Amino acid sequence: MNDIISKLKESGLTGRGGAGFPTATKWESVMAASGEAKYVICNASEGEPNVFKDGFILENYPQVLIEGIILAMETVKAKAGYIYLKYDYFDKYGPKLKELIADKSITLFRKPHEYIAGEETVICNLIEGKRMEPRQRPPFISTAGLFGCPTLMNNVETFYYVAKINKGEYKNTRFYSINGKIKNPGVYELPVDLTINQILTQTNNVPDFDFFLQVGGGAVGEILLVNEIDKPATGAASITVFDKNTTDIYKMMDELADFFLNGNCDKCVPCREGIYRIKTLLKEKNIDLDDLELLFQNLEKASFCALGKGAPTGFRGLLKVLAN
Amino acid sequence: MENEIKIKINNKDYFGIKNETILQIARKNNVEIPSLCEHSDLEPKASCRLCLVSIEGRRGFFTSCSTIAEDGMVITTESDEINQLRKKNLELLFAQHIERCNVCVREVDCNLLSLARKYKVDLKKYEDRKVGYPKIKFGPSICFDSSKCIDCRNCVEMCEKQGVGFFDLESHNSFIEVIPSKDPKRDCTYCGQCIIHCPSGALSEVDSVPDVEAALEDPEQYVVFQIAPSIRTAVGEEFGMDYGKDVTGQIFAGLRQVGAKKVFDVSVAADVTTIEEANELIERIVNKKTLPMFTSCCPAWVKYVEFYYPEFIPNLTTVRSPQTILGGLTKTYFAKKENIDPKKIVVVSVMPCTAKKYEITRPELDIDGLKPIDYVLTTRELFRLFKNHKVDLESIAPEIGDTPWDEPTGAGIIYGASGGVTESAMRTAAYKLSGQKVKRLQFNCIRGMEEAKEAIIEIEDVCLKVAVVNGLGNAKKILEILKENPKAYDYIEVMACYGGCIGGGGQPIPTDKTIRTLRAQGLYNIDEIKNERLADESPTVKKLYEEFLTNKEIQHKICHTHYSQKQKENNF
Repeated sequence: MNDIISKLKESGLTGRGGAGFPTATKWESVMAASGEAKYVICNASEGEPNVFKDGFILENYPQVLIEGIILAMETVKAKAGYIYLKYDYFDKYGPKLKELIADKSITLFRKPHEYIAGEETVICNLIEGKRMEPRQRPPFISTAGLFGCPTLMNNVETFYYVAKINKGEYKNTRFYSINGKIKNPGVYELPVDLTINQILTQTNNVPDFDFFLQVGGGAVGEILLVNEIDKPATGAASITVFDKNTTDIYKMMDELADFFLNGNCDKCVPCREGIYRIKTLLKEKNIDLDDLELLFQNLEKASFCALGKGAPTGFRGLLKVLAN
Repeated sequence: MENEIKIKINNKDYFGIKNETILQIARKNNVEIPSLCEHSDLEPKASCRLCLVSIEGRRGFFTSCSTIAEDGMVITTESDEINQLRKKNLELLFAQHIERCNVCVREVDCNLLSLARKYKVDLKKYEDRKVGYPKIKFGPSICFDSSKCIDCRNCVEMCEKQGVGFFDLESHNSFIEVIPSKDPKRDCTYCGQCIIHCPSGALSEVDSVPDVEAALEDPEQYVVFQIAPSIRTAVGEEFGMDYGKDVTGQIFAGLRQVGAKKVFDVSVAADVTTIEEANELIERIVNKKTLPMFTSCCPAWVKYVEFYYPEFIPNLTTVRSPQTILGGLTKTYFAKKENIDPKKIVVVSVMPCTAKKYEITRPELDIDGLKPIDYVLTTRELFRLFKNHKVDLESIAPEIGDTPWDEPTGAGIIYGASGGVTESAMRTAAYKLSGQKVKRLQFNCIRGMEEAKEAIIEIEDVCLKVAVVNGLGNAKKILEILKENPKAYDYIEVMACYGGCIGGGGQPIPTDKTIRTLRAQGLYNIDEIKNERLADESPTVKKLYEEFLTNKEIQHKICHTHYSQKQKENNF
């Protein structure tokens, strides 16, 4: 078996973009797929509010990231690679990355502002110059992605750890973005299996007030109460702390609705119209909770892509905070 | 069969072919699954989410329009949960779509409304989102009421497929919306394909029924109707008749009932177009003038050349379209014969087409200061006119048309199907070049629904390379080939709409490949049993050339035109 694949398998590395798919499996499926050419894309879109660990890696370890991407390109025999960068990352880190890429066949691509532009099939469409819309799956991008060819797409942090694993330097850690009403905000590299509680303790960030927090991103992240934090940080592993007594939950929900309203692609009915109706319902004095629930279910069960399916998570969590 | 698969839908077995979607198999077997955005001409969008079904052993719900059926799949199309999702999505659709059902073009066949009834949807569950959204006109042809748009984007895809791309998506107040393009290099060609692919009635023709009704009521006006070849096997559908049924006689009878003074057949003028075109083609070949020659009876195609590829304007035949020739003849030859003041004649053309509404506004077509045609009604508008006057085509007794424009040849009839113009012209060119009637009157090689057909037609010692194209997007490909190799073809027929005029933008909704095939077959059936199948054999046309079109000057005045490069006409 390929050396790096067995190393990846042994490490148990999973995707750090949020979905947590086993990296070795993803690589193998691209290797097994047949196509005229193959492509590798590094997803540096980091579109979730309150997640900033990919930016941290781009700032501090761009060399390691490039090593990981090149290793992937060699492994799947890719024709070319792309680094798909959030607009401000493109402007800030683009020059340094270009220097490191040198004559390698890796192109930088600037992501538009919309949240949906970070979805993997949307990324393929945008690089191809097509509309900002998700594609129907199957086919999955591992068999038919960019220009219809097998495509390997991983997150910045994943590629970083691929390089580390290859060099035998991986110690079961990940990068946590921590912010909100805390003393020591920042990006921390800590073991993957720590509970949220332990992370807050080790980073000296345990609040001395009644709080709730959001884990895994400001848009689709789960909202947890104080008694729910004895579990690992999931998704993109961010932790944002809010003061339960002073935070305006309605304002948060309104902002969340605006975030999706502006960030979605408006292709499917549950997401385009449903989120708009959630926003208007939440503004009413007596919120029709039954209808809200129907709108949530419609999003979760009937949306075209993961954005819509995940959209109710934050609202459900914030309603839970209100109820407690 | 190797490719056959067996699936279960709602506990019943059905057979399908590998790579068919669940919805395709369901449709073929009359299993009802609701859908709005699905159209067989287009890629599955899976955006309305109404065709959701569940599949045994798989989590969640799947849109049947975009899910390929697999052998052994067990599918459920109705359940409380599925119905609840459909109901919610319909509520959401109605919350954006402003219903104006009483004045809507889809009044009688609205899929949206019938689904609302089926799923017991409260149309006023939410406040309308699109209040105040504008109603926009594209030239004199198409009306886009954006407050009715349900954002399925079928029009966007269809227009892109046409190589036109007049619809853009633009972000506006947090919504990405369909708008007419602001790009100065893109303009509407008025083909109307957006209309027949729109599920919500947001797109329609510019309504000329009120104008025509006003003319009919005015005793001073002498209202004459003329009907296109392709509408005779289509309008019956609006009355629930079979696809492709020829209702020529019923249309004539119906038009008399609504008050027409005369009812004429445009197919007669198609025979004139054929003769003039064949002459021009022979002249171009003999005198080594610009080739290939392009047909010009499709006004959307003409506009496309004038706007997108003006360098090819010299290739367009100068022969006017059949409707224009007939209108011109009616206001000259016929008016004089019948001793009627041509200024009092109102010519109403019933066409399968929205671009024909644009064609009649071209000033270069005027004859002695008069427009050959005053109004164009689409096939759908004809239905509305009939309905307003309680004309039922199913029960009315057929009548024949009025002289002199009543008896076309088979050649004139098949103009309505893609390849028909070419076949008619080749019949005549073969006759003229060989000096005798050729035995082979049918050119099967250029019939059918394929979007681009080519053939080499040998007539005596002349060998003609012919291409027949339907769909503007396919025409674009041919033009690009010609840029590389100008001698690739001698004669090219282009119809902007799939299948030619039988699939026109003014035809009944729904229109799809199966329906187009049946409408075309209806026309070929009429041709088959005609005694005269060669334009030159028409006694009417023979007489016309003997009595009226006797010299080049008058032939040119009535039958020919010119073209010019067009600037963008639709700026918003």
